[in-house]
Parts: sequence; structure tokens; C-alpha cells
Amino acid sequence: MKILVCMSVVPDTTTKITFTDNNTQFNSQGVQFIINPYDELSLTKALELTEKNGGTVTVATVGLADADAVIRKALAIGANDAIRINAEPKDGQFVAEQIAEHIKANGYDMVLTGRESIDYNGGQMCSLLGALLSWPSVNVCTQIDVQDGKAIFERDIDGGRQNISSSLPVVASAQKDLCEPRIPNMKGIMAARTKPLLVIEAVSVENSSTYSLFESPQAKQAVRLIDASQAGQLIDILRNEAKIIA
Amino acid sequence: MTGIYAENSEGIFKKSVLEAASYASKIQNGPVTAICVGKPKDGEADKLAKYGVNKLIVIEGLDFFDAQLYANAVTKTIENSGIKTLVIANTYEAKSIAPRIAVGMNASLATNVIAYPDMSNGFTVKRGVFSGKGFAYVKLEKANKIVAITPNSTDLIENNQSISIENTATEQINASTQILSTSKSAGKIPLTEAEVVVSAGRGMKGPENWIMVEELADLLGAATACSKPVSDMGWRPHNEHVGQTGITIKPNLYIAIGISGAIQHLAGVSSSKIIVAINKDPEAPFFKAADYGIVGDAFEILPQLIQAAKNR
Ligand SMILES: Cc1cc2nc3c(=O)[nH]c(=O)nc-3n(C[C@H](O)[C@H](O)[C@H](O)COP(=O)(O)OP(=O)(O)OC[C@H]3O[C@@H](n4cnc5c(N)ncnc54)[C@H](O)[C@@H]3O)c2cc1C
Repeated sequence: MKILVCMSVVPDTTTKITFTDNNTQFNSQGVQFIINPYDELSLTKALELTEKNGGTVTVATVGLADADAVIRKALAIGANDAIRINAEPKDGQFVAEQIAEHIKANGYDMVLTGRESIDYNGGQMCSLLGALLSWPSVNVCTQIDVQDGKAIFERDIDGGRQNISSSLPVVASAQKDLCEPRIPNMKGIMAARTKPLLVIEAVSVENSSTYSLFESPQAKQAVRLIDASQAGQLIDILRNEAKIIA
Repeated sequence: MTGIYAENSEGIFKKSVLEAASYASKIQNGPVTAICVGKPKDGEADKLAKYGVNKLIVIEGLDFFDAQLYANAVTKTIENSGIKTLVIANTYEAKSIAPRIAVGMNASLATNVIAYPDMSNGFTVKRGVFSGKGFAYVKLEKANKIVAITPNSTDLIENNQSISIENTATEQINASTQILSTSKSAGKIPLTEAEVVVSAGRGMKGPENWIMVEELADLLGAATACSKPVSDMGWRPHNEHVGQTGITIKPNLYIAIGISGAIQHLAGVSSSKIIVAINKDPEAPFFKAADYGIVGDAFEILPQLIQAAKNR
């Protein structure tokens, strides 16, 4: 099996998000970058699948050279090789077009993405790739397996869960619960140094969107404390003052 | 022309669909067309009519949800009806099909949209980014556009229309996917749709103590949620986990019990209109993000809240 894992490089989850240049840019100064947590799950699942069924795992990222350190971490976790498409990841549609080109040229049995990236929260990659490749796409998977030449999934649906099967090739996105993310060990870190990281140039695509301005959430007013011995008052306040419950 | 995709939830159009209808007819400044897959129940079309829809196109012939076939059928209907801007509620189903429709109709796509667009210079939407830690204004550049709006972000705007219903059949094509089984958490309010959410963390000590959390939630008509460690330890199902790596929610009221208020947790809930924090530690970071707070032991406070909720 040949599996491609699409990886985005995002600010660490503890990052305090701020903006610069009159709020037109994300302020990356001093920010630690990590593998998008959902992509970490799809990478781990891809490794589990190839360990069981044989095959290779390639990681693909659209990004500039500063992404390489994070890509090496994915190689240390166990991916066989990586490609970086050398461009600023403008938006989801741009990224999907780049990766789809690579997939068309190289052929894969399965492509995994994360449910969404925790920075731009697009949640589009899986279905965009499915459309660009005319493949089936299965979102928010909590289990992925391959049996008798078919992929078997459990996925979240609105208000429940569903088991579905799909023909290959297929693109699927990882939801929390898919697996426990692997942490690189010393051997993996050493091996990662010499694993292939291929840098390829981007193709040109029609501009889809332009980010013009960012805004931080409004700061809250000071909390209004209610005495613990009078806790029931909270319900009265929510009913009669805030009028937020019936 | 503006249209909406009206997600058909077992024959019902949920509130988020009516929000999409209101949004679409507001930007169209007039009535809009809705597209759904499968016949809705009697009276459901009238709900759409109340919020500005004057035409419903029902796609027939797809017996189960396959993202590819749904998206292809909807794309074709969009082309035939001349829709240039499609509004859709940002649910799991939307995430499965909106990007595919965007490719099909060559549209710019914005998800997580939380406000009406600024159309004074092109079409600029405000969307949630950085998992609740920021917002971005994004201009959609292509002539065709898809706007996926976060449920509970925009208003229901009444704009009564008389509605006509048109049926259109799809050609029979075999799906690449097959549904093996479906399980729904019956009777429970889905977290992403809930207007009130009662959430609890490791401070509840063990899964057996959720009886109180659930009782309060029932009394308030609320959904239940939890922090990450609580779902990691298996005290609660993972689909209740809210936060940066869980579900992002924005209910009218979020009550957090025994949750410290770590930055990753707050990311998923800080857009809630009113936040209540209950924690025995006065220094818990949640109090900085809360509108109301009670410093004290959850095991003493919950019974009082349950009692007060019963008295009316
Ligand atoms: C990559 C990454 C992603 C993460 N994503 C998420 C996420 O999406 N969602 C999330 O929730 N977390 C997430 N976390 C974890 C987060 O950092 C916190 O560890 C977690 O939110 C803490 O959960 P908690 O508040 O339930 O537990 P704790 O931190 O243990 O806090 C328990 C709280 O309960 C209070 N308490 C104890 N006993 C009582 C009592 N009897 N009465 C009242 N109060 C009491 C304590 O004072 C304390 O404040 C993530 C972490 C990482 C590293």
C-alpha cells in the first residue's frame, strides 16, 4: 500500500495568538511550530496500516523551508520519505491543488489528512482532494482499516457514528480517537536525518481568497462572583437578569 | 443569485438550515432558492418559506449519503438554477460536500463563517481561525462563492415567502462507498447545536459523578461536554470533548464545572455568549474567561444548582 499523509505545520497549542503589521499578519515571532495534531493521528494510522499490510508512507507539506524541521519530526516518527511543495500555503484550495498534482503524478492507494488544521480551521482538505482526484472521500474518521482491497471506516456524523466501506483509492480525514499519536524515539530521530525530503516547485492556480485582516477575541469584563453558599442564585440570575435560560 | 443547501436531517430542516436561509436572503436582499436531497416531511418546506426561501428543489434518487454523489448532484442543480453564491450550515455533512461542490462550480470557499459579508468592495467574510483564538477577514475572489456558516452565529430573520417545490431526479450511478451501520445517540441534544452546554472536567473525580452533571443538563435543556483528560480517561465519550483538539462550540450559555481553563480548552468554548465557571481554586484561569463564577466545591454547588433549577 502506498499512503500519502498531508501534513500542515501549525503553532503549538499553547501559543498565545497575536497579530502584527496593523493586524494583517499572524505574529510568528517566538512561536514554536508543531505537526498539526490531527495530522499526527493520520501519520500514526498510516504507519499502523503499512506495518500490518506492507507499503510505504510519504508525508506531503505545502510550505517554505522553515517547515523542514517539523517535516523531519514526521520522518522521525516513521514516515519513509517526504515531499515539500515550496510555496506559502495561501489557503486550503491552493494547498489542495498542489497536493492533488503530486498525487496524480505519483499514484497512491490512500491519502490521509487531518480533520482540520488548528490554525486556519478550514476542514476542507479531505473533500477538496477527493473532488480534484474524483476519488471517494470520508471525513472525520475514528477508525480506518483495509480489508480485502477495501477501506473500512468508522466516522462521526452529526449526532452519531457510522461504519462505512469504500473502494480504493480513497482520501480520508482523521478525527480524535483514531489512534494514540506516536512520539519519535532516538533511533527514529537518527534515521530521519538521512531519509529523503524532496522539494518541488508549486504549480500556479487561480487565486481563491485573500486574507486582509485579523482580529483577536474581545477581552471579557471581570467575572461576577456568586457566593458558594448561595449558589442557587446563579440560576435566578441566568433566568431573570441574563435571560439566557427559561 | 444566492441559494442554500438545506441539509435534510431525516426529513427535518434544523435551525442551522433556517439560519443559512436567513443569511442567504439577507445578502440576496430578496427570496432565495434552496436545494435539498430527499423528500422533506410535510410542513418542512414552510419553515424555509418563513425565512426567505421561495423555491425548494428536491433531488431524488440518492438513497444514502455518499459525499461524491451528493456533491455531484447538488453541483448540477446549482448550475441549472443559476446559483452563484451558495450558503450552507457548517456541519459534518457540509464539510463532506461543500469543498466538493466548490471544485465542481469553481467557487471560492470559506468555512467557519460567523458574520454577514461586507459587500462594499467585493465579498469579504469574517471567519473563526486559530481554533477560537482569533478571527480573520477573507475576501472571496472567484465569481462563484460558497459560504459555510457556523451554527448559532447569525440570526433567524423572518421574511415570509410563498414557496414552490420542484423535484429533480439524478441518474443512477453506483456509489464508491457503502454504509455498513449507523448509530445515533438517541434523544440527546447534539453538542454543536445546543444553546446551553453543561461541561465538566477532572474536578468531578470520576465518571460516576456525572449523574449530577447530567441532571443539571436535563433540567436546563442542555447538552453535556467535557475536558480532554476526561474523554482520554474514558469517563465520557470522545464526542463530548471540547477545545482546540475537540469540538469548537458557541452556545448561548456554557457552564464549566471543575475545569481549570487551560488555553487549549478555552479555545473551543470562548465564543460562548455567557460563560459560568465553577471551581474550588480561586486562581483557576477559567475565572478570567468567565462572566459569572462560583468559587467552591462542585459536590456542594451542583446540588444547589439542581434544586434551584427545579424550583420555578
Ligand atoms: C496538544 C494539546 C491539545 C489539547 N487540547 C485540549 C482540548 O481540546 N480540550 C481540553 O479540554 N484540553 C486540551 N488539552 C489539555 C489541557 O492543556 C488541560 O490539560 C485540560 O484542559 C485540563 O482538563 P481539566 O481542567 O478537566 O483538568 P485539570 O487541569 O486537572 O483541572 C481540574 C480542575 O478542577 C478543579 N477541581 C478539582 N476538584 C474540584 C471540586 N471538588 N470542585 C470544584 N473544582 C474542582 C481544580 O481546581 C482544577 O482547576 C490539550 C493539551 C495539549 C498538550
